[in-house]
Amino acid sequence: MRHPSWGRYPIAEDQRVTPVFWSHQLPDLTGEGGPFLPRGLGRSYGDSCLNPRGTLLDLTPLDRLLDFDPLTGLLRCEAGVSLDTLIRVFVPRGFFLPTTPGTRFVTVGGAIANDVHGKNHHQAGTFGAQVRRLELVRSDGSRIVCSREQHPDLFRATIGGLGLTGIITWAEFPLVPIDSHGIESESIKTRDLEEFFDLSEASEADWPFIVSWVDVTASGRGLGRGLFNRGRFASREWAERLPADRRLQPPKEPGLSVPFDLPGFLLNPFTIRWFNRLYYAKQLRDRVHAVGHFGPFFYPLDAIRDWNRGYGRRGFLQWQCLVPWAQARPGIRGILEEVAASGLGSPVSVMKTCGSMTPEGPLSFMQGRGVTLAMDFPMSGQDVLDLCNRLDARVRDVGGTVYPAKDARMSPASFRAFFPRLEEFLRHKDPALSSGFWRRVMP
Amino acid sequence: MSRILVFGCTSAIAIEAARTWASRKERLFLVARDPQKLQVLAGDLRARGATQVETLVMDALDFDRHPSLLETAEQALGGPIDRVLVAHGVLSDEARGRADYGAAERDLKVNFLSVVSILTPIANTFEARKQGVIAVIGSVAGDRGRQSNYLYGTSKAAVATFLQGLRNRLWKSGVAVVTIKPGFVDTPMTAHLQKSPLFASPQKVGRGIVRAMDRRRDVVYLPAFWRPILLAVIHIPEALFKKMSL
Repeated sequence: MRHPSWGRYPIAEDQRVTPVFWSHQLPDLTGEGGPFLPRGLGRSYGDSCLNPRGTLLDLTPLDRLLDFDPLTGLLRCEAGVSLDTLIRVFVPRGFFLPTTPGTRFVTVGGAIANDVHGKNHHQAGTFGAQVRRLELVRSDGSRIVCSREQHPDLFRATIGGLGLTGIITWAEFPLVPIDSHGIESESIKTRDLEEFFDLSEASEADWPFIVSWVDVTASGRGLGRGLFNRGRFASREWAERLPADRRLQPPKEPGLSVPFDLPGFLLNPFTIRWFNRLYYAKQLRDRVHAVGHFGPFFYPLDAIRDWNRGYGRRGFLQWQCLVPWAQARPGIRGILEEVAASGLGSPVSVMKTCGSMTPEGPLSFMQGRGVTLAMDFPMSGQDVLDLCNRLDARVRDVGGTVYPAKDARMSPASFRAFFPRLEEFLRHKDPALSSGFWRRVMP
Repeated sequence: MSRILVFGCTSAIAIEAARTWASRKERLFLVARDPQKLQVLAGDLRARGATQVETLVMDALDFDRHPSLLETAEQALGGPIDRVLVAHGVLSDEARGRADYGAAERDLKVNFLSVVSILTPIANTFEARKQGVIAVIGSVAGDRGRQSNYLYGTSKAAVATFLQGLRNRLWKSGVAVVTIKPGFVDTPMTAHLQKSPLFASPQKVGRGIVRAMDRRRDVVYLPAFWRPILLAVIHIPEALFKKMSL
């Protein structure tokens, strides 16, 4: 099972892989082996990074930086550069990513193609929002540099475009200056959903980084309880207490790994419920304040290499939705009730309020002010698929969106409901490119 | 700060070595055949912190231009070069080489004769200056001829023997000659081969080269586990070895 997706469900049959070493030597996309799909580090959970009976173009060898201006922080780099590489190269020089998802093991191209977001979405918007320019190679052989001024429609369709508008060869975006690797953070226990909403609204102005872990197995009065996390880069005074050569350290390499598939029965509704309870109970005080390296704050799961193997051979499904602000309280409540009632828990569930920016692209998951909730379900069978379908229906009812990058099972009807601007995207889709996800939702 | 000349710098292994040097803010002079790749790499190394990066488009078979190479590089970087990494090479198409001597000869020229040609003036200059480090990428394939890749192996064995002699000659002048013997590395050169746990990343091998040159080592296997493996392979009696399908 070479080149699986991160959730390792579904499995792609008969999938060829061609590495691309130089952007001026791309294969003929109209030639044999099609349809093609550009691929980065394969951190998408479902089948948006799979191409059964087609060819994956492995772009990770396109890992070169092209230009960097230390005065402005503006960087131009190839699409296969990983965020981990950017952090290792630029943190020691006092720069950080303008926004980052919860793993640094993704490529720049993948971050654009999925228009990923991070803990600072409420202030900075998505990754796509940071991008100034990018180059696209289409199957007709054309090379198009696009931006908000040049070919703006194609540019927008490419952001969140799931790699289907052409091959992104490079992109340009600014890095942001930092004084140190330190993050000041607070973890606050929230007893229910109301506390989450209140704290989110109270924190958004002063805390650029916010995310909450939620115990989705709790019901009744404890529905939506969790740990509310907010952070900001540590003050200059804190940084100056460190020796000058130790202020800007890259994060540690992953120290732990899951070297083989753990037996699937380890994560069952019972253990998941207890894991959630213990995780909630482990923080004794209502509020814990800390200053530490940004690594564990931004990338807690990156500390364990191949953590997805913990879900066993059958893999897992991640389901992530965005509920529009006007419907957020009842919408999220309904979803949590549905999950709690199903008895199928998720060991790691995160929730966050999102900013009111206009969506970058027609297929961008982040479509405006709202609350996003992400859950991992071990793939135990039809019961999980049924639950996700019920959750999809709830999201459709409130006019929300479910995230394609995490998806392995949404129906074509749901896809169209979640992305009403689909027609806008279709005008720019490259006919030679496709994915397992695409053929599933657009049969 | 060092001034470093990298020949064949678009090889994945050389790129990684050069990136390590860039992060140390060294000055680099890159030589390769493909101008587009050279331009991309120069940008990468500058963005990664190299103080200066200059480039020259040259084919390894362009023997006439080899004598002036060092001087060109030193002029471009504004001072004496103290490290040289020779990293170019081709993985021979053995079947073609068997059928056509012309193809075999061409590969031998690229992998072996051009190395001699490039290093002859550089070695003489370093010897006179009594300083410098020269490293060349050989291969574990050069340690013993096998039916599956003996043309490639021959060229790499010739390189290794040439370097042995050069090392012996330059030792008293304080010039280090480092033979790098990588095993299987996951690079464009081996993209068509089935990958196994024996494959190392170019990052690991590139960093190993930089370390070996820093330490002025003689012969380095990268990763190091190849040394005992090759020690065993070398000692298999020929009477037995010739019957093995390797």
